[in-house]
Amino acid sequence: MSLLRRPSALPLWRDEITIDAADERYVTRRQFTKFLVLTSFGMFVGQLWILARSLFSRAGAPPAPMVIGRAGDLAVGATRVFQFPSPNDPCLLIRMGAESYVAYSQKCTHLSCAVYFDAEKRRIECPCHEGAFSATDGRPLQGPPPRPLPRIRLERRGDELMATAVEEGGPLDVAGIVGSGCPRARG
Amino acid sequence: MGRPPLFRAGALTAVDGALALVAVLLVVQMWLLTATLETYLAGYHGAAVPGAIVSGLLFAACVGLYVFVLRVDAEVRR
Repeated sequence: MSLLRRPSALPLWRDEITIDAADERYVTRRQFTKFLVLTSFGMFVGQLWILARSLFSRAGAPPAPMVIGRAGDLAVGATRVFQFPSPNDPCLLIRMGAESYVAYSQKCTHLSCAVYFDAEKRRIECPCHEGAFSATDGRPLQGPPPRPLPRIRLERRGDELMATAVEEGGPLDVAGIVGSGCPRARG
Repeated sequence: MGRPPLFRAGALTAVDGALALVAVLLVVQMWLLTATLETYLAGYHGAAVPGAIVSGLLFAACVGLYVFVLRVDAEVRR
């Protein structure tokens, strides 16, 4: 039996587990550099993700016209959210007057927050950074948004309202876009 | 048997320098990612390609510095 006994005075578990808990928590410079390099790889993957999104989101064929609702269903000053031209593109339909409808992309041109229509101020507001757009033509009125909201061209066929195209807003200093008027539904 | 203490001290300084440089590159890469994401969300897609290229170069530089750290470490332990 004495042959099987360990010569060391240390208990068996101490001999088997040679790493102290304190040493386990110790991070060497090499390990820390490795961690930073892995973080750098994560940043690079993020950049590739943005690149892939921007490459695949480029516009292809022009969107097909889409019925977005019946004209009489919306009260004056009321809004309705619809998706055009793809399910990932939320838009805002606003009834400005008895025979006046406008529609804009619901994504703020600053950081793509969802904008909403303030009926009292009669303007479109972004809650993220207090940006505001004119409800009549979509041009930015205040805050950080750099350019007008993309407008949705509307057509009225009988009693139905149809979204037919997206008109991208140009840069802020282009006078022609600011003075171009609102896209009215053709009655 | 390790290298003389003077060599070890110099190697440690080199590793510290490389580590600091990796940290600086990482901060630049974080800023680049944030700026590219902001421009993408604002609807400008032109920054995505140069952003990805510069980020790839920064990542390659970080890998190069990590390889340098490994080599210095192996040299010291030899």
